[in-house]
Amino acid sequence: MKFGILVNEGPYNHQAVDSAYQFAKAAIAKGHTVSRVFFYYDGVHNANKLLEAPQDERQIGKLWAEMAKEHGVDLVVCVAAGLRRGLKEETLAEGFRISGLGQLIEVGIQADRMMTFGD
Amino acid sequence: MSEVMDLPGDDEEYASGVVKKFMFVNRKAPHGSIYALEVLEMVLISAAFDQDVHLAFIDDGMYQIVKGQDPTGINQKNFSKTFRALDGYDIEKLYVEREGMEERGLTEDDFLVDVEVISQAEMAELMNGMDVVLSA
Repeated sequence: MKFGILVNEGPYNHQAVDSAYQFAKAAIAKGHTVSRVFFYYDGVHNANKLLEAPQDERQIGKLWAEMAKEHGVDLVVCVAAGLRRGLKEETLAEGFRISGLGQLIEVGIQADRMMTFGD
Repeated sequence: MSEVMDLPGDDEEYASGVVKKFMFVNRKAPHGSIYALEVLEMVLISAAFDQDVHLAFIDDGMYQIVKGQDPTGINQKNFSKTFRALDGYDIEKLYVEREGMEERGLTEDDFLVDVEVISQAEMAELMNGMDVVLSA
C-alpha cells in the first residue's frame, strides 16, 4: 500500500512526529511505500537544521533524513507555514524540501491512505 | 476576497483525472490557535485540484462560520469572509453537526454561508465515505 503522511506538530513538544516516524518505519518494514511526508502547521519546525537535542536523545530531523535517503521518502515542508515560522532554505535541514500545499493535496490523491499525526 | 487571503489562480490547475472525496474537518475555534486559518489555506489549494471537496464543522469549529465576527481587537484578520468565496471555487458541500450546534445555542441562521445541518451519526457516515480526511 502507498501511504501519504501529514505531520502537524513540531519536534519534542509532542509525540506526533515520533509516532509518524515510527508508523512510516513500520510500514516500510512491512513492504509498504511511504511516498511523501508533508510537514504543516508547527510541523515545519521538524525540518529546521538548527535543531540540536542532547546527544543521548533521538535526533528527529536526522532520523527523517536517513529514512528519506534509504527509502526515497519525499519530505516536503509547506512554504507558507514555514515562512510564518521562520523556516526557509537557509534554515532547512538536509533531506527536506520546501514546496506548496499542492504537494499535500497531490499525495492525498495519489496515495492509497493519508495518515495525519498531530492535532 | 483576495485582500483577506490569497486564492488559487488558474496557473495552479492540476490535471491527474483522479477525483477523490476530500473532507476537511474543522474542529477548532477561528481564533486562539492558527489551525482554522491554515485548514482554510488547505481548502483553497484543494480547489485548484478539481477534487470533490467537503467541509465539516464540528465542536468549536462551527464558530469559524458564525456571522458578524470582528477579531481586530486581538490583532487577527477576519478570514471568515473567505468562506463566502468558496462557492466560486465549486466548494459548496458544507456540513455542520447538529448536536454540536445545539449545544452551543447556535442555529442555521447564525452562519454566514449555506450549510447542511446533519446529525452526529450522519456526519460519521459521511466521513466514512471519504477517501481523504484532513482535520484540525
